[in-house]
Amino acid sequence: MRLAGRLGGAALSLVMVAVLGFFLFRVVPGDPVVSMTRGRPTTAAMQAELRAQFGLDRPLHEQFFSYVSSLLHGDLGTSFTFRRPVAEVIGERLGPTVLLVGTATLIAVGLGLWLGVRAAWRRDSAFDRATTGVSLTLWAVPTFWLGMLLMMVTGDLFPSRGMRDTDTAPDFVSQALDVAHHLVLPSITLVAVVCAEYVLIMRSSLLEEMHAPYLVTARAKGLRDDLVRRRHAVPNAVLPAITLVFLRFGLVVAGAITTETVFSWPGLGLLFYDALTGPDYFLLQGLLLVTAGAVVVMNLLADLLHGVLDPRVKAV
Amino acid sequence: MNGFNADGFNADGFNAARLLEHKAGVAGAAILAVAALVAVVAPLLIPADALDVTRVTDPPWQAPGAGHWLGTDHTGRSIALLMVQGAGTSLFVGLTAAVLAVAIGALVGVVSGHFGGLLAGALLRVTDFFLVLPALVLAIALSTVLPRGLSTIVLAIGLTSWPSTARVVRAQTLTIEARPFVERARALGGGHGHVIARHVMPSVVPLVLVNATLAVASAIVAESTLAFLGLGDPTRISWGALLHQAQLHGAVPQRAWWFLLPPGAAIVVVVLAFTLVGRALEAVVTPKR
Repeated sequence: MRLAGRLGGAALSLVMVAVLGFFLFRVVPGDPVVSMTRGRPTTAAMQAELRAQFGLDRPLHEQFFSYVSSLLHGDLGTSFTFRRPVAEVIGERLGPTVLLVGTATLIAVGLGLWLGVRAAWRRDSAFDRATTGVSLTLWAVPTFWLGMLLMMVTGDLFPSRGMRDTDTAPDFVSQALDVAHHLVLPSITLVAVVCAEYVLIMRSSLLEEMHAPYLVTARAKGLRDDLVRRRHAVPNAVLPAITLVFLRFGLVVAGAITTETVFSWPGLGLLFYDALTGPDYFLLQGLLLVTAGAVVVMNLLADLLHGVLDPRVKAV
Repeated sequence: MNGFNADGFNADGFNAARLLEHKAGVAGAAILAVAALVAVVAPLLIPADALDVTRVTDPPWQAPGAGHWLGTDHTGRSIALLMVQGAGTSLFVGLTAAVLAVAIGALVGVVSGHFGGLLAGALLRVTDFFLVLPALVLAIALSTVLPRGLSTIVLAIGLTSWPSTARVVRAQTLTIEARPFVERARALGGGHGHVIARHVMPSVVPLVLVNATLAVASAIVAESTLAFLGLGDPTRISWGALLHQAQLHGAVPQRAWWFLLPPGAAIVVVVLAFTLVGRALEAVVTPKR
């Protein structure tokens, strides 16, 4: 029953994403062709041809039905700047983003949860104050600015543009090392900003558990402080924290856009930037659908996983 | 401030003395007062010529020194003057976008909490939907589609950052409406308007204030991000727009730290100040469990 409800909710969210995408890029702008060709020499005849080519000359409801039926066939439309299917362009850029976001999320979750636990366990200690202070400050730092600062401070130590050098040897090890070398600065940037949020989430989650009666029992049994923390408090506090981490996946997506823009990392974030500078509405629409869809799916996964891992949820 | 005591929301009441206990919050408020003063007063004192690209005579990319204590940008304008001029835009967008977001959030929250049924279900569904979506991505989409300008940025940020406020306000509304005194008010013939205005609002307003303060912090970061991506108002100087210029004209490869450091640092300090004030308010307003 719960599963069916969650699946239905996620499906409804995906439908809402699709409607939002149509509304934002077809209804709000009025005539997309006029906006997209702004600043370029185009005649009225060329514009009319473009309108016919992208199906924009038909009534809005017809456009909507063809949009929905294309979506159901996995067709995200044609990019205005690339003149190729949007799905194809997005597919090519998926790998680098998964690499960057995956690396950064793994490091940020590990580091953030560890720091959060340490800080909460010794509340108001110097360590707690320092961790909370640094986290709040990092939360206030614009991602792109941190990236630019890192680039300036490290100078030539790390490559600051792109994902690999053209003159690297073609064997796997050299290529992997080159990509890792390029990955350093973007992932530090993304980790710093995202990790701050995770620290604060984990800290407040553990603080909620701090006065729970079962901890008093555990201490009364004579368990070492260390064991009380690791075996009793953390397992209970970490589940809500993990769920929140998944729920804030949108934060990572937003961070990826600015990080990739600053470091010219050839992923979806940079594609987003290229699409908005065009502007290429069809590409932006596809990117919105893909990122929003990914976020909805991540939430569903977090929800289901939480239900499996935490028996308390089933009871509700 | 009798309202808080009367409905039992905050037994200690809301008083300035408790707020003053939060030193970080007071420090944040002091910083904000200075920033606001600079933003309001300074533009009146800056000669128009000093910020006009076509009329400046100083050499570009000058490091900080005797003439310009924060150096000059790629056109020879003084960074110090640009920073002062930009404070107004950043603060204005942050404040108005936050007010818009919190107003929408409070309205949705109270309505979905007070009126049950289908409307509440639909509103809750929409709130959860927007809560999950990456707000920045939506804000970027909106500001790409709408004509460039200050009002577009405010709309783009305001329309995408209301859901967290709606959640908090809805929860608070439900809590209050479950209390016996609301039942009593209803039994005595109090209508929707009466219950909302006299019983729900007094306990929702402090929460809304907390949320508004925190919303300003994230709105300022969002403004700087949009401006950095080139979606800002091209006719106005803001801290984010300065960083956009710095990136565009290669401040990083030129090692022009004086162009890069001040705008970012200003954003961090002001955003941190709003966050500290918000957290202090939160600690005062929310009773300890």
